[in-house]
Amino acid sequence: MGKALLKRAGLLVGTLLLVSVLAFAAFSVIPGDPTTSVLGAEATREEIAAFRAQHGLDLPVWQRYWSWLAAFVTGDFGRSFKFDMSVSELVATRAQVTLVMAALSFALIVAISLPLGLISARRRGGVVDRLVTVLTQVTMSVPNFIMGIGLMFLFALVLKWFRPEYVPLEDGLGAHLRFMVFPALAVALPKSAMTVKLLRGSILGELGQDYIRTAYSKGNSQSSALRRHVLRNAMIPVVTFLAMAVGDIMAGSIVVEQVFTIPGLGRLLITEIGNRDYPVVQAIVVLLAAVVVGCNFLADLLYRVMDPRIDGK
Amino acid sequence: MMLSVRDLSVVFTDRGAPFTAVDRFCLDMDRGEVVGIVGESGSGKSMTAHALMGLIRRSQVTVSGSAVFEGTDLLSLSREELRQYQGRDLSIIFQEPMTSLNPTMRIGKQVEESLRIHEKLSRTERKARALDAMALAGLPDPESVYPQYPHQLSGGMRQRVMIASALVLRPRLLIADEPTTALDVTIQAQILETLKDVNRKEGTAILFISHDLGVVKALCGRVVVMKQGNIVESGAVDDVFYHPKEDYTKLLIASRPARKKLRGGGTDG
Amino acid sequence: MVFARQQNSSMPKKPGSWYLTIGTVLTALMLLYIAVGFFWTPYVPSAMSAADREAKPSLRHLFGCDSMGRDVFSRTLEGAGSTLSIALAVLAAGAVCGLAVGALCGYYGGPVDALVMRLCDAIAAFPSVLLALVVLAVTGPGKYNVIGALGVLFVPSFARLVRGEFLKYRDRDFVRSARLMGVSGLRIIFVHILPNTWPVLLSGLTIGFNNAVLAEASMSYLGVGVTPTEPSLGYMLKDAQGYLFTLPWCAIFPAAVVILLILGVGLVGEGVRERIGVAS
Repeated sequence: MGKALLKRAGLLVGTLLLVSVLAFAAFSVIPGDPTTSVLGAEATREEIAAFRAQHGLDLPVWQRYWSWLAAFVTGDFGRSFKFDMSVSELVATRAQVTLVMAALSFALIVAISLPLGLISARRRGGVVDRLVTVLTQVTMSVPNFIMGIGLMFLFALVLKWFRPEYVPLEDGLGAHLRFMVFPALAVALPKSAMTVKLLRGSILGELGQDYIRTAYSKGNSQSSALRRHVLRNAMIPVVTFLAMAVGDIMAGSIVVEQVFTIPGLGRLLITEIGNRDYPVVQAIVVLLAAVVVGCNFLADLLYRVMDPRIDGK
Repeated sequence: MMLSVRDLSVVFTDRGAPFTAVDRFCLDMDRGEVVGIVGESGSGKSMTAHALMGLIRRSQVTVSGSAVFEGTDLLSLSREELRQYQGRDLSIIFQEPMTSLNPTMRIGKQVEESLRIHEKLSRTERKARALDAMALAGLPDPESVYPQYPHQLSGGMRQRVMIASALVLRPRLLIADEPTTALDVTIQAQILETLKDVNRKEGTAILFISHDLGVVKALCGRVVVMKQGNIVESGAVDDVFYHPKEDYTKLLIASRPARKKLRGGGTDG
Repeated sequence: MVFARQQNSSMPKKPGSWYLTIGTVLTALMLLYIAVGFFWTPYVPSAMSAADREAKPSLRHLFGCDSMGRDVFSRTLEGAGSTLSIALAVLAAGAVCGLAVGALCGYYGGPVDALVMRLCDAIAAFPSVLLALVVLAVTGPGKYNVIGALGVLFVPSFARLVRGEFLKYRDRDFVRSARLMGVSGLRIIFVHILPNTWPVLLSGLTIGFNNAVLAEASMSYLGVGVTPTEPSLGYMLKDAQGYLFTLPWCAIFPAAVVILLILGVGLVGEGVRERIGVAS
């Protein structure tokens, strides 16, 4: 196990380095000088030179990459072109918002999909199962931002359960979460539908296995067979799926932030793409990549813990 | 009489026209007796075994008749009442030891599962009895097998684990559903020896299901021959084997490969 | 009821046939709807009519009008056509390149295969919306940039899919005998193996199509997709959001078109997977 994990960890670092190189290279070969878009067309030659010197733009690319990387690993993400502040400062508060939303989405996915998948599998062919099957198929087809608009329309405008205005954490955790639950739901619902479907299929697959027959022959009731034997085996693919879903959750959050005008990483990313503020964009890209790759690593780890068969291979 | 089966029928109604898999099957078994059921695949022999174990209770399957076990008709019991018998008074081992074990549960936990369901014991007591059953099933070094997972064991070992978990509560009847079919020949002979030992030491009655008359002859005193859900012939093994009345039985005997015949004779002595 | 042993035969009804039937009908209807839009729209999609501003859905304006008096039905027709053509172009680019990469890697194997697949794994680990966002940040918005960015990003998933299939068939007897008879590698790939991978490819194409529709609509909604002058369902939704309460039809109809398009193709894919017995 140790060796395989070490290999995966190496792969993880390698992927991140690759992402950082690509991110850096992409914004270095970009057509159009960022100085003009940041300083404006009327900037004087001296101003431009000063800006370039300040951000190290006059150095060769590889040298810039190296110093950027060296600083990045210590938590110094450079300075924003647009704002007179460090990228870390700019990103930190936004990242908190996005992380809360992503964590909330993840929790919602688990809370929605596990019971539904279980009920659906246990009552296969029943009314609930049919209803769930139809609902999941439809929900899966709704893009996050449309789900967000729909939730906004229903809960903010028609039912008036919340005001469509961002409530920051400073206004209290409860108020913050009460607002954030709706955008999180917009991210979570389509993913939950996929999870329900996967879990249902997985449970039904396990129920058809020979070892379930063995379990019944020992005097297990239906629920104890489910609890003792089916669940663990059925959860293996689901746990992997959920860990891999974190990437989609992050992507969904970025889009949904736009719907609910939440000042998170996504909005920052979109506005700074428009501003050509590359240090910020680079930092966000690499940070998101780190989250995604890290979760994939975690998925692998969980998979190994849950399925003893992997060990022997 | 320990077990008395009368007119056991199994009818499937889920594929259009009703299909009778087992037709009015009758059987009497004494305590400690070893009886074989032989037949080709699709003869209904496994279905009979599963019906007795209560494993084919589904809405699309009708099981009728009676199976009186120690004074109680198993077929008339509710699912909940039947559970008290399953794994305690009668248990079953299957053809595929690979897939019949839970891949993500430790061997020890699977062996002692019936104990956990039927008796209130401390963890150490459970483990002691599990190790005991594993030794009875002929597993070498039970203590080291206990924490392992099924994929770490060979096919023969897995079948021994199945036997151990079936025997952990010392049932009066063990149903063995083609337990050696998936194993290679030498392992087959060893498993048959183990089952014989269990029968001798513990007095466990065994209902042994096989497509191989030779294997049945090596183990059983009496045999029932089934064809397409019906009993075509039954009696003492030697009578049926050496003086078959039915052409079908003759075919079953004749179809056995010579290799197996040799080994079957070998374990007989 | 106790399911001691569930067999396929005991299933009440296989939903597979339904998936395929409903999916095909829905997709056909959506395609018909979009095809109409290519040749005819009741109004000029960009034409503003002061008299019809904020008009409710009626026989004159089936889907109503937006705040500038533009006919939502016409705009939806045009936007759906644009979305469809972008999605198909992305799919074509991604599938063709992915097919080539996957087939060559799967059939020949070797260190190049290992390297390419590592790279594909790394890229495929990221959600396409996120990657497309970054690529478009570099290239700037525009229809062709969207197609290019998404097309490139779709290559890895197709390559992996195709490679897996080719690995499966590479050492089958019919391939071996073809090889022994001196058939060239390329001919084996295209004539002998490729036709066998069709069902799996089809299922992959439906997933790819839906991802492309989703990504395009999301991009446009975020304002980094097609340029604002180009027709787009994503842009319509972005505009409509400001009038969600007063002009809900401006959001409902484009949203419904996106959802139905994805739903229909998704059901077809589901049906295909059911039929060939592959878990989704």
